[in-house]
Parts: sequence; structure tokens; C-alpha cells
Amino acid sequence: MSAANATDSQQGALHGIRVIELASEKCAWAGKLLADMGADVILIEPPGGDIARSYGPFLGDEPGADRSLYWWHHHTSKRGIVLDLTTEPGRAALRKLAASADVVLEAEAPGALAALGLDYADLAKTKPDLIHCSITPFGRSGPRQDELATDLTVLAAGGPVWMNGYDDHSLPPVRGLGNQGWAVGCHYGVMSILTAILYRGVSGEGQFIDVNSHAAANVTTEAGSYCWLVAKQTMQRLTGRHASANPTLGSQMKCADGRYVNTGVPPRKPAEFASLLAWLRSLGLEANFPEAVFLQAGAERASIDLSKIGQDDEITAIFGAGREAMNLIASRVSAYEFFTGAQRAGLAVGVIFSPEEAYEDPHFKARGFQVEVHHPEHGRSFRYPGAPYAMQKGAWRISRRAPRLGEHTEEVLRELTR
Amino acid sequence: MPTALGHLRICDFTGQLAGAGATKWLAAFGAEVIRIEDPVTNGLWDILRPMPPFVDERRGPDFGGGFNNHNVEKLGITLNLRTERAREILAEIVKRSDVVSENFAKGVLQRWGFGYERLKQLKPDIIYVSNCGFGQVGPYSDWKTWGPIVQAISGITYLSGHPGMEPAGWGYSYMDHTGGMYMAMAILLALVHRQRTGEGQWVDMSCTDAGLALTGTALLDYTVNGRPSRRENSPDSNHSASPEMAPHGIYPCRGNDEWIGIACCSDDEWRKLAARIGASEQANGDWVHDARYAGLAGRLAAQAALDAQLASWTRGSEKFALARELQAAGVPAAAVAKPQERIDQDENTAAWGLWPTVTHTKMGKVRVDGLPAHFSKTDWRIERGAPCVGEHTELVLNRVLGMSADDVAKLRAEGVV
Repeated sequence: MSAANATDSQQGALHGIRVIELASEKCAWAGKLLADMGADVILIEPPGGDIARSYGPFLGDEPGADRSLYWWHHHTSKRGIVLDLTTEPGRAALRKLAASADVVLEAEAPGALAALGLDYADLAKTKPDLIHCSITPFGRSGPRQDELATDLTVLAAGGPVWMNGYDDHSLPPVRGLGNQGWAVGCHYGVMSILTAILYRGVSGEGQFIDVNSHAAANVTTEAGSYCWLVAKQTMQRLTGRHASANPTLGSQMKCADGRYVNTGVPPRKPAEFASLLAWLRSLGLEANFPEAVFLQAGAERASIDLSKIGQDDEITAIFGAGREAMNLIASRVSAYEFFTGAQRAGLAVGVIFSPEEAYEDPHFKARGFQVEVHHPEHGRSFRYPGAPYAMQKGAWRISRRAPRLGEHTEEVLRELTR
Repeated sequence: MPTALGHLRICDFTGQLAGAGATKWLAAFGAEVIRIEDPVTNGLWDILRPMPPFVDERRGPDFGGGFNNHNVEKLGITLNLRTERAREILAEIVKRSDVVSENFAKGVLQRWGFGYERLKQLKPDIIYVSNCGFGQVGPYSDWKTWGPIVQAISGITYLSGHPGMEPAGWGYSYMDHTGGMYMAMAILLALVHRQRTGEGQWVDMSCTDAGLALTGTALLDYTVNGRPSRRENSPDSNHSASPEMAPHGIYPCRGNDEWIGIACCSDDEWRKLAARIGASEQANGDWVHDARYAGLAGRLAAQAALDAQLASWTRGSEKFALARELQAAGVPAAAVAKPQERIDQDENTAAWGLWPTVTHTKMGKVRVDGLPAHFSKTDWRIERGAPCVGEHTELVLNRVLGMSADDVAKLRAEGVV
């Protein structure tokens, strides 16, 4: 790492850290998170390019090695080089690169790098304080290490798929979209690498880190795991809400414009019944809702004991009226009006946005989530998603668009011979 | 074994999962994480403290199974911040801390007199990481969220489900887990920045920002190609468009609510699957020779029919046996695992040590989620259960501020701790 100087506040938090990343969809997101924080991430692809360059969608729907939007999104801020690791000159170049690096990030099948003489044990000989992070579907050891895996099969085997779907269990359970199985492994990879960098800072030592995507999915299902671990309960999937050992009432509602909202937790406190009633009145709907008297009763109580639902008639009626009032309002207003109206009334509900609706929303714009990234060969910029965290110093920044195939091969190899 | 983060002290106000999940990672790698809770409300700001699951019939703020899961290896003290003396003690702890972390609604810590400016006065290089659903800046920053709301707002819910149906979303707070991970990354990044420059800072974490960033490929299809995700037949998340694959889905197996995930990444994998189906003794496997299915484009165009035919074949098989057969044939496949199957019956999670048993002072021995990364030199350790309310008040005030047992007893009598 470089010594502190006057411009360090403006440089990313990982400025001066070099990462060698072997291209794979299983670790690409981790490399992007590091690169956008200022690390010098050098992405290594085989001749012909990584297969993810063939993943759609494509710029203008025309396939091409430099036109994959999947590629654009996952490889921002990196430099890209081509090395043929099946040849000795290619392997020698990788060894030299690793010796110049702080971190190696890869997702090769267990045993593959050792067979090439490029695993941690080999690379650490010339770079003893190297941090080597491997992200594999089932970890580097264990009985399932050699299984073929995709994002879908990792999420199926790891627990998330069982948790997602509809009340109707004749329908298949659902994989959440967006290659989240790989993303979760990558999140743990980044946390691991940063942890190891901090330890190296106090000890001078590097180490090997074995990240297991299947294990990552397993410990990322909230009550799905801990209700079994603690009480041997099996969560069952439910439409648009938390899986549960026993069925619960719905919390996803269709609004007047045909779009959906998540109604969250129904009103429970006197102040919430008061503001719900005020909202109902402001929409001119009180006359349509005879149960409004129970909202008034809820608002006037000192407290509402939820454990009495089903036993105390008034509390049961108050609680039911809260839900029904939310249903009535949803049927009369758009999803966005329901969201903003409820939140102004102090009720935590959410509109179910599509990604682009969130992206164009005033809140995300005000937070600077829309960022422009220049593509010189197209003579223009494109809008990208922004930072996952707002750091004041050492800030997040997309420093360049994803590398074209072999774009930095000469530049990087020249640096090595200096 | 040395610890990776044993040199760090975290003054921790986090709770639930989106906050507590972040500091669980730090604690497991040896950081001294001091949870600060309110003695007057028995720490019930963290709604998981008294919530199920439970190990037995006992109830109360020290018996919540989820709370225990998210707060292993942390210390817990109580401070009644309504009192001046407690605020003085907090200030002394902040002076001796590296990080202050919280996931309150916007402005809570500020109202207690511990906003970033004050924290910085107490400790010039302090790292303050706040985490809430909409962040501390922006039009919605005063509004409230919990996990499913964050998922709804950030496009994650919308994208998940079957075509022509309402979104299925996620059956758990995926964005509480993930928001916690980004909070952990933010803390670690700020620590790396401090290691390099000596500077502290405030990081404004917003879970909805983190969620929306995860939909990036879909967003670029919109910003670059003008194609919105809100379109006919969306969601369709058991299929795969990026990368394109077919067949790709969750198919029924023998028994009640038993399923298998199958994905063919290439024509070669499809041919292996087709050969396996053609060779099975079950009749009517001829459909695999349908000329439309030879190439990816044809299989994608006829995906509904292909799915139905494949489902009719998988339906007769036991899911784990079928997954083993397909793996042996060179086809990516995995049974959809239920909690018991992946926790108690999966030899890989067992070999990994994924479900450590902790000792909780009142609950006794309880299994919890471990961590999915192993370090060769400074691996994680999860042995101690979550703190009971105020369990370590005396220990921490002694260790950090040098107070005696009598000092603490006096504070207790005065309602300070």
C-alpha cells in the first residue's frame, strides 16, 4: 500500500491494492465490488474470452464479445488481459502477476489450479503475504466439491428455493432472480478479503480463504435455518411473504392500477390506528367503511394487547378493521399512492417496484444512484446503477467501463517487465 | 489460532438482522463487539429478543432463537441513555472504540447526542456506519422499512415468480441478510481506508441502494436498450435469460412437494440429459429427439412444452437419487433441499462445520448458522451464545473503563445501567 498523502481521501478505499481475478461468473461480482472501491483489479481471460461475454442481453440485442450487458455490469473498473494458462509462458506471466499483487480471486474447480502449479501453495512461495480467495459452489473440500453447479442448483441445494413461491404448493417453488446464488458467495468473498487485508495490516501475513457458495446460501435463509436448528420447525413457502411453519394472512395486495404493494405489518399501536383513520378520511372513504368506529376505538386506547386477538372481541375487531381499511384503500388508489400515503401515515409499507421504476424514482436519483459511465468506442455514456454504500472518504466510483477482450494485455505485461 | 480482527473494538447499537448480521461477522473473527442496549425496555428495541423459535417453554428477552443466532460472540451491556451519567459512560466507550454501528431509524443516535459530529469530537478517527432502509439522505429517508419492504422497493421482489402471476418474491428477508453484508463491507472498507490514511468517516448505508444494485443487468437492459423489466411474462425467474439456458427450472419429483433443479448450460449438457431420458426404462422418452430441441434457440422457443415433458419424466423419481444420476451423467442438477435435509442430512455442510453449537448462558447449547468462508490462518470461531440483557455490563465497564464491581453496583442502583 502507498503511504498516506493529500489526495488519499479522494482515492477509493482500496487504492493501491492489486487484485488478480481469474474470470468466472462465480466470482465476477466480488471483483467488481473491489474494483469500484479503487482496487487495481486485473481480470484474466483465456484466449477467445470468458464465456460470460456471450451472456445476454446485448447492446442493441446484437451479440458480440464486447456487447454483453451482463459483462458490462459485472466487470466495471477492471483492467482485462488475455493469458493462455495451458502454456508455460501464460503460467509464468500469471506467477509474475501474482507476485506483484495483494490478492488473488478465483473460482476454479477444486484441484484445477494445483494441477497447473498455480494454487496458493505455489504462488505464496514467491509472495508470502498473498491473500488468495477461492469461491467455489461447494468449497475446496468435502464430498460434494466436484458437483456441477449453476446459480439455480446452488440455490436449490442451499435452501433459498424451498423458501420462495406461492401458497399453492402444486406450483414449483421459485428461484429469486439475478444470479443471487453467485452474488451471496461473492459478498462473503469480499468480506473475507477485506478481513484478511486488515489482518495483514497488523501481522504482515497473507492467507488462503475458501468460500463456499452452497454454505453461503444455507446461512442466508433467515428463519428457514434457525427455526430448524432451534425448534425443528420446517418453514413452508407463502405467496409474496415470509415462509412460515403455519399459514399466515396475505401481505401482498393488488392496487387500483393493477400493481402490487407489500402491506407490511398491519397497524398495531393506537397512534397507527389514529393515522390510518386520518388517511381514510383524507381519501373520503370513511363513509364506505362502517368498521371505521373500530379504528377510532383503537386510536383511543392506551395500548393494544396483541396476544388478546381472538379472545377479546374489541381487540379482535380493531385489529381486523386495520387490515380491512388497508385493503379498502389499496383497492381505490394506485400502488405508488398507497406506498406514499401509508408511509406518510407512519405505516411501513412498500410498493413493488420493477428495477427501472426504482431507478427512476426521485429518492434514488436524489441519492445519486444514477451514474454515467463513458464508453469511448461508442462516443457516449450509458447510465449505470450506483453505489451500494455512501462512503464519504475513499468513495465508491466506477473508474472505467468493463474491459474489451484483451484491452490491457500489452499495458499490464509491459508494467511487469519494468 | 490468532484472530483476524482481535485488535478492533465495535461500539454496537445494531439489532434485528440487517444490523446484527454485520457485527456477527466481525465478532466471529475476534473483534470485541459491545452491544449497547436499553435496561428500561429490556433491550426490546431488537424485536427478535423475545421472538420464536424457542428451545423450550421459557419465554422473554433472553430466549429468542433468532436473536441468539445473529448475536453470537458479542458482549452485551445496558446503558440508560436517558441519564447524564450513562451518556458520559457511552462517551468514554466511544473514545476507546474503532467503530460505532447502528441500524436505527434516521436521526435516533443524533437525538441522544451522539451524531457523527459528536462522535468525531470524542474520537477523531472514529468510523460511524449507519444503516437504514432508505438511508439518511433523500426524500424517503424518514420512512420506515423492514426486509420485505426493502425487497419490494428495490426490484428484488418484482423479478421473482412465475409468468402471468403476481410476484412470489422472497420467502424471507433476503435483503436483511444482504443489507447486513453490505454494512459489514462498509465497516471493513472504512477500516482499510483508516489503516491507509488515518482518517475515520461516516458511511450512510441504505439497504434499498444495496438491493437495487443487485438488479444491475436488468437495469442496463433498460438504460441501454430501453427494455423495462415490467413487461409481459415477467417475472419468469425459474427460467434463465442471462445466460440463456433451456431446460432450466424446478421440476417435480416423487412424493409430496418434492422438487429438483435442473439446468443445461450447453447443447452438450442437453444431449447428456436427453440420452439419460432416452435410456430410462420409463416409456415415452422419444420426445427428446424432437428436432426443435437440438439447438438452444429451439429449446428456448419451445420451453413450455419442454418443461412439461421434462416434468413428466422427473415426476417418477426420488429427488436425491435423480440428482445423483444426472450429476453422474454430466448434467447440473440438485434436489430442492428442505431445512432438515440440508442441515441434518447433508454431508457437505457437516464436513464444513456449518452449524456450530454455542453455549448460551440461559438457553444452554444451541446450534446456529456458521460462516461460509474458512481462513487458513485466522479462521472464525463461534462458541459463545448471544448475550442476555446486560450480561456483560460489569465485565465491559471493568475491562474498558477500569470500573470496580462496586462502581457498577452503584450505577445499577441509580438506574444508569
